Amino acid sequence: MTTPDPFDDIPGTTLFDAQRSRQGYHLNMFCMSLMKAENRAAFKADEAAYLQKFPMTPQQRDAVLKRDWNAMIGLGGNIYFLAKLFSTDGLSFQHVAALMTGSTQEKYAQMMLDGGRPVDGNRSKSEWKDRG
Amino acid sequence: MAKLVAGVTTSHVPAIGAALDLGKADTPYWQPLFKGYEPSKKWIAEQKPDVIILVYNDHASAFSLEIIPTFALGCAAEFPPADEGWGPRKVPTVKGHPELAWHIAQSVILDEFDLTIVNNMAVDHGLTVPMSLLFGQPQEWPCQVIPLAVNVVQYPPPTGNRCYNFGKAIRKAVESFDKDLKVMIFGTGGMSHQLQGPRAGLINREWDTAFLNNLVTDPQKLARMPHLEYVREAGSEGIELVMWLIMRGALDEKVREVYRFYHVPASNTAVGHIILENDR
Repeated sequence: MTTPDPFDDIPGTTLFDAQRSRQGYHLNMFCMSLMKAENRAAFKADEAAYLQKFPMTPQQRDAVLKRDWNAMIGLGGNIYFLAKLFSTDGLSFQHVAALMTGSTQEKYAQMMLDGGRPVDGNRSKSEWKDRG
Repeated sequence: MAKLVAGVTTSHVPAIGAALDLGKADTPYWQPLFKGYEPSKKWIAEQKPDVIILVYNDHASAFSLEIIPTFALGCAAEFPPADEGWGPRKVPTVKGHPELAWHIAQSVILDEFDLTIVNNMAVDHGLTVPMSLLFGQPQEWPCQVIPLAVNVVQYPPPTGNRCYNFGKAIRKAVESFDKDLKVMIFGTGGMSHQLQGPRAGLINREWDTAFLNNLVTDPQKLARMPHLEYVREAGSEGIELVMWLIMRGALDEKVREVYRFYHVPASNTAVGHIILENDR
């Protein structure tokens, strides 16, 4: 890429583009394998051993074991594939969304009931500078 | 001849399906949402479409990263509900309309919309939740359905303009089909929502309202909207709204707005729903 990508200016947002799809292929295909009940059982029995079946990077395996959702996205994970992993854990989309925002489930659910996260102040990274 | 009479858009939030399936539709959280679809259920029961072309996106259910078709048309006789990781939804198997589906495929490919023909495909919440919202919980779906899956997961998805023109090609295909069929088209997904990262939970009511207004009166303006605006203003998953433009392209330029409903929240998402009829 020679020109800056305007999508990169959107704060707290990762676009699942060609580069991330290549980077995250095996991570996402691991998640996809959890669509089958027998694979979910094998993963739960020994997570680290199960992950060795997929040629992922050590960083990707580590992020999975730690359930660091933002790290998985940063390493090429896509939310609809990661959904197979958090469904295996028995977590809802809203629960994991709350974790990714650094909020609690209760506070996040209340924010949604109150109309959601406003777009004002959340359009550009320049508006997030103070958040550190 | 077949006739395309109306279009419906609706969000397809998986939690809506789960709420119905688990008997939670009457709880205070979900009741206002399902109440908003009561007029629509009445409308479609009176309209009795023969076939619905249902535009939706697959959420890593039928398609993983192995094969990523931009437009995939279901030409099979039936489509089972997908197991999305917690067992398939207990909803009826979707019955297709292979004859019309193949006719559409042939027609739009010769019109230079080179879609993928799919003869074996499970359908996930993207398709079954809109069916549940419009038809409730019957033993069998009351009409045939032609699934049209659009890639909005892997960037880049098709442009709004491509979707809008694709809708026009679908209209032409349907209305050159030599059987008396009443056909509707659904555009699903949206409205504003972001499911990932530190900005998750984004909702933009003002933008959604303008989108609904323009969908009725100025769809060509929406067709020119770049992907960047969807993502910035309506959240990373708000990009699903390009699929609504396929529905809109298949209708007349001037349409009659029959019904509209907007509700926040369903889990992480703003729910938008509109019914448009061709005027003739």
